Amino acid sequence: MADLRLPMTLTPLFSDLPRRVEVDAATVREAIEKLEERWPGVRDRLCEPGPTLRPHIHLYVDQQRAGLDTPLAQRSRVDVVAAISGG
Amino acid sequence: MLLLVGTRKGFFLVEADDRRGNWKLRGPLCESWPVYHAVFDPLSGTIYAACASDWHGAAVWRSGDLGETWTLSSEGLAYGAEDARKVSKLSTLALIDGRVLAGAEAPGIFESRDGGESWSLLTTLAGQPGCEEWDDPANQPPGHLGVSAIMPDGEDTSHFWAIVQGVGLFETSDGGATWAPRNRGLRADWPRPHEEVGFCVHRLVRSPADPRRMYQQNHVGVHRSDDGGHSWTEITDGLPSEFGFAAAVHPHDADSFYVIPLDPGHARCMPDGQAAVWRTRDGGESWRRLDRGLPQRHAHLGVLRGAMAIDRRDVPGVYFGTSTGQLFASADEGESWSEIASYLPPVWSVEVAVIE
Repeated sequence: MADLRLPMTLTPLFSDLPRRVEVDAATVREAIEKLEERWPGVRDRLCEPGPTLRPHIHLYVDQQRAGLDTPLAQRSRVDVVAAISGG
Repeated sequence: MLLLVGTRKGFFLVEADDRRGNWKLRGPLCESWPVYHAVFDPLSGTIYAACASDWHGAAVWRSGDLGETWTLSSEGLAYGAEDARKVSKLSTLALIDGRVLAGAEAPGIFESRDGGESWSLLTTLAGQPGCEEWDDPANQPPGHLGVSAIMPDGEDTSHFWAIVQGVGLFETSDGGATWAPRNRGLRADWPRPHEEVGFCVHRLVRSPADPRRMYQQNHVGVHRSDDGGHSWTEITDGLPSEFGFAAAVHPHDADSFYVIPLDPGHARCMPDGQAAVWRTRDGGESWRRLDRGLPQRHAHLGVLRGAMAIDRRDVPGVYFGTSTGQLFASADEGESWSEIASYLPPVWSVEVAVIE
């Protein structure tokens, strides 16, 4: 099970969405689809049509910058970061 | 009386008693998302807020209990995976007979027929002169609003107007299937490749007392139409600046109209650090400066295109919010003003609603 860590800006938008979620997925794309099944609409908050990642959503798999097609290992840690500068 | 205030960092509700006093502020709501515009639907009792988060994209928030609880949706608010255009923000909302319309950047209008749960593309104003330029993703710089305003007819549900920022005003009489430019007589101080478009309409208002009478604050000048937008006459003379964003028309007198002139340069603030609203009582023949109660020293205030509103009382109240977070109200048609909220985030929109 991959360990997803979600940004604090995302969780208030969905009922009972925790900051950490464990999902069984082979890729980041599949992990997001699993989230979408449980919290409909969450994909749109992370991805644009395509889907492609939104420009200011950064993903890291085991501390390496990742994309939707990045594979996940059994115990991968996935950090989803809302990344933008400014006040 | 309820003011709906969209800001760069969330949505605020400002409630008054029946005498338009004792204002109480609630917010920030909508998780402090940037809120470009919000409207209240008296038919359903729903507040809709058009938003765009830098992180999580564009969506419409809605509340059926006057802001106590909120949900958001962007289902259908997209041009499609194969389309180079993206919905970078939702700039404006309009209510037409139970439907909700949302103006977007890249320019387009989306429609919801289920109270904001889902959306579908209504129009991109395809085929209008200049659309190939405004549809080019390279021409979507940050800050552009796309369809910056939608103005319903109020009677005919298939009849409304839309502003495409930096392009001009358009009218549809068939629910958005076809459009016609309505910019004849407007001024532009820049080259325009197309005769009928290339005008910078900041704010459009239409008189409830005379539907043929419209006004607009343009990038260059204030303009009046006496024929429902088919032709325009400039009425800038007498104002301290041709530039401004906000505008409001009196609900009962078609000749009474308000603007907030701004320095057209980098500042885009009220001239000389002295805050004022300007009003005409004769359709733009003459103007009067209204500043009682407004700050007159070091008041470098800007007011954006959606940030002034007027209510429909017999003696209407006028309201505006500033880019530095002040909210001012007048209960006497602009004769005198008071500051009813301070220290808000930059105000992008103000609408007024009467809750029965």
